[in-house]
Amino acid sequence: MTDLSTMPFLSEIFQHFLPETILAVGVMALLLIGAWRGDKGFALVDELAVALLGLAIISIVLSVKPDRSVFDGAFMDDAFARFMKVLSLGAALVSILLSVDYLRRAGLEKFEYPILIILSTLGMMLLISADNLIAFYLGLELMSLALYVMAAFAREDGRSSEAGLKYFVLGALSSGMMLYGASLLYGFAGTVAFSGIANVVSASAPIGVVFGLVFVMAGLAFKMSAAPFHMWTPDVYEGAPTPVTAFFASAAKAAAVAVTVRIVITAFPGADQQWRQIIIFLAIASTLLGSFAAIGQTNIKRLMAYSSIGHMGFALIGLAAGNEIGIRGVAIYLAIYLVMTLGAFAAILAMRVEGKSVENISDLAGLSRTNGLMAFFLAMLMFSLAGIPPLAGFFAKYYVLLAAVDAGLYPLAVVGVLASAVAAFYYLRVVKIMYFDEPAPHFDPSPLAVRAVLALSTISLLVFWIYPTPVMDAASVAAKSLF
Amino acid sequence: MLGFGLLSGLTFLPFVGVAFLLTQRGDDPATLRNIRWATLLTTLATFALSLVAWTRFDATSAAFQLVEERSWFGSGLVYKLGVDGFSMPFVLLTTFLMPFAILASWESVEKRVKEYMIAFLVLETLMIGVFCALDLVLFYLFFEGGLIPMFLIIGIWGGKRRVYASFKFFLYTLVGSLLMLIAILAMYGVAGTTDIAVLLKTDFPKEMQFWLWLAFFASFAVKMPMWPVHTWLPDAHVEAPTAGSVILAAILLKMGGYGFIRFSLPMFPDASTYFAPLVYAMSVIAIVYTSLVALVQEDIKKLIAYSSVAHMGFVTMGLFTLNPQGVQGAMFLMISHGFVSGALFLCVGVIYDRMHTREIAAYGGLVNRMPLYAFVFMVFTMANVGLPGTAGFVGEFLSLVGAFQANSWVALIATSGVIFSAAYALYLYRRVVFGALEKSSLKDIADLTPREIAIFTPLVLLTIYYGVLPDQILNTTAASVDHLIQSHTALLDAVKLAAAGQ
Repeated sequence: MTDLSTMPFLSEIFQHFLPETILAVGVMALLLIGAWRGDKGFALVDELAVALLGLAIISIVLSVKPDRSVFDGAFMDDAFARFMKVLSLGAALVSILLSVDYLRRAGLEKFEYPILIILSTLGMMLLISADNLIAFYLGLELMSLALYVMAAFAREDGRSSEAGLKYFVLGALSSGMMLYGASLLYGFAGTVAFSGIANVVSASAPIGVVFGLVFVMAGLAFKMSAAPFHMWTPDVYEGAPTPVTAFFASAAKAAAVAVTVRIVITAFPGADQQWRQIIIFLAIASTLLGSFAAIGQTNIKRLMAYSSIGHMGFALIGLAAGNEIGIRGVAIYLAIYLVMTLGAFAAILAMRVEGKSVENISDLAGLSRTNGLMAFFLAMLMFSLAGIPPLAGFFAKYYVLLAAVDAGLYPLAVVGVLASAVAAFYYLRVVKIMYFDEPAPHFDPSPLAVRAVLALSTISLLVFWIYPTPVMDAASVAAKSLF
Repeated sequence: MLGFGLLSGLTFLPFVGVAFLLTQRGDDPATLRNIRWATLLTTLATFALSLVAWTRFDATSAAFQLVEERSWFGSGLVYKLGVDGFSMPFVLLTTFLMPFAILASWESVEKRVKEYMIAFLVLETLMIGVFCALDLVLFYLFFEGGLIPMFLIIGIWGGKRRVYASFKFFLYTLVGSLLMLIAILAMYGVAGTTDIAVLLKTDFPKEMQFWLWLAFFASFAVKMPMWPVHTWLPDAHVEAPTAGSVILAAILLKMGGYGFIRFSLPMFPDASTYFAPLVYAMSVIAIVYTSLVALVQEDIKKLIAYSSVAHMGFVTMGLFTLNPQGVQGAMFLMISHGFVSGALFLCVGVIYDRMHTREIAAYGGLVNRMPLYAFVFMVFTMANVGLPGTAGFVGEFLSLVGAFQANSWVALIATSGVIFSAAYALYLYRRVVFGALEKSSLKDIADLTPREIAIFTPLVLLTIYYGVLPDQILNTTAASVDHLIQSHTALLDAVKLAAAGQ
């Protein structure tokens, strides 16, 4: 029997688990409200969901506590986890704000929507903090199952159902691969804890562990939508309701990259030659595919899908360096990428003609004359996505390339920048259509939340270079905590 | 001023104008007049402030002056501005020419005037920033950031093939610059900072210098532009609105030359010596080849664009001679070419505004109706040819003197370019200005308006003034040039000594 006096006080453990507790308890309360009020309670549930996410962010930002592993080494609360959690929570919050008007117009005001977002976010937070294989898999599945349902949320719409099914089938396949890899790791290392695996592979990596690593990486690449495991991305992004796509492209990516970073850095420091090869390959394939395949796209959601593949490749360039500078680069990259993505999806949500959403890039024609402010914001977002200084997107690329050059990965850095020059072409094409072409029909006035997200994200990208300190410092601390 | 100095004020002063323009709404004539005057006054105020900076600038010192430094991104990146003999003339050139660019757009730009003026003011900030930046990343930020307003200026207010030209301009420059970015990162890896003053004192390993030099060369050769990556320039020039062409020819091209003299020559001395023959070869090909191409152009702007490429060939040739005359000549040529090519594009703008065509064949006999214009155009044509007594002569002559010391064959071939330039420039002048006024469309073309006379008078005077008394510019750059050459020679001597000792 455990001696109670040696156990830390529950409150001491739960202060490390506070944001997750807020979400978990809160989401159950929301479920009760939803069950009781039905879809009439949508507005209330929606507002409470935003409040919960806000509360969780505040509880992370305000807390001052040492890094600590709790629940018998299953859950790690460190600066890296906190940084990534704030990103995921923030992205989830913005996705809910963006969705309100869209769901109302599409007749999708079901109370399950905010609940699914919170459940999925909870899964992301567990995933980001996971410190052994069990917690990792639980978090991943909680996140993914909610995401599958959300992709098919517009169930009357064939494209949305198709997206949900595709995502589910391929997602299940990748989960299977990952589970197989995890079982190999457990079999050869004899432990599920990341630190235990690190001890086993510290000197030399047994071949079984390397196999397990490859399978786990394949599954993670699927979640990150890194090439060559990206095939689902364009279809799911196009088919899913737009606010759901925004959530996929922002919060889910942050969580997937975060857990990839944590696994390779904390569990496989001894096998870095092996996993860095994989990451380098994924990075090169993703940046090239993301830039070349996007050129022919006419649908802006598909364009953003390929753009996100390319950006994941860039984030992986930082990881490929495998050192503290690289992880800092990844953290900065993700923070800036999320702002750009959410801004771009806010602009896509604002593309609405006579009450109907339009998704073709050509619908943006001449926007600078029909809605100059929106055109300016979207143009700046595009320049930032292309990585043109002085916009924040440049600094995102700068810090991952710095890490790659510092680690001597010159060919990777050269491939990365050349791919980004190709990518600049299709981002410029969007600008060209808005500024140089003759106007298409006017867009309807967009709701306040959409305009606010678009404006705030663009302005923060524009002024980032004047006051970068908060993001830079937080990312440095986050990267340091992993080493 | 919050701890910011004169150069920060100078760099960001145009944003005051931008802030005012953003408050203006509507398309009525009164608002448009406000917008135009506000922009003009902003550029004039910036010019006045740059003159203040010049009075505080000590031309006898090669050190960076008016330096201001603040921590920025942490870890080696600093916000640092300063000027020396290489950058001061370019800052003045930029602020001096901006009011002319605005005046040239006074009536010719009719649509989206507010956005146009904002784009130019933002561009001015970025151009001044390029020349003032003393941190490599800050430099890159301004250098690349300039692509955005110029892309929009060409694409929105340009001619028929503006989309093609704007994409070509943007992507060419971007690819070159991205390679430079990797070199910047590698230099950061060696020096641990991107402070230019520190990097100038850092010895980069010899093998590394070659790669770094090539990466910087990729960027600056495109920007300059050197043969064979010059093909974006004629397209961009032809399609850009008049003021865009002026800024492009007068200032943006000089960023390439400025880059060579600020980074490539002093930071990578071994590589610069090693690659000098390559640069000579590319320069003389540019001089001869593009002069010949200019000879057969049907479009006035295209002809002047090719002549710019040829003149930039003299600049690169002069820079890499690495003797005082060559480098001084290249610096002088860049400044004088700023006046002269800018003024030539303004001259084209005058007749384009009246006839809306740039075809040489559409003109002829203009001297009969436009004597003042014929005179002004004559002055700048002669300056472009390099006639003694005009500003164009001094730079070309000095760079040829420098080249003759370095390699007489290069000088010999390059001199033929002077003859070719006389051929195409005079041929152009004859076809446009002389002859009988036969075309009925030209029957009532009007001579220069008071606004246009106001534009050209200072430019004509300066072109002749600096042609007769070039001391002012030469003295400004002299100390920095001497410093560059001395440190370069000292370094090469050290290498030779080391080699002899072994």
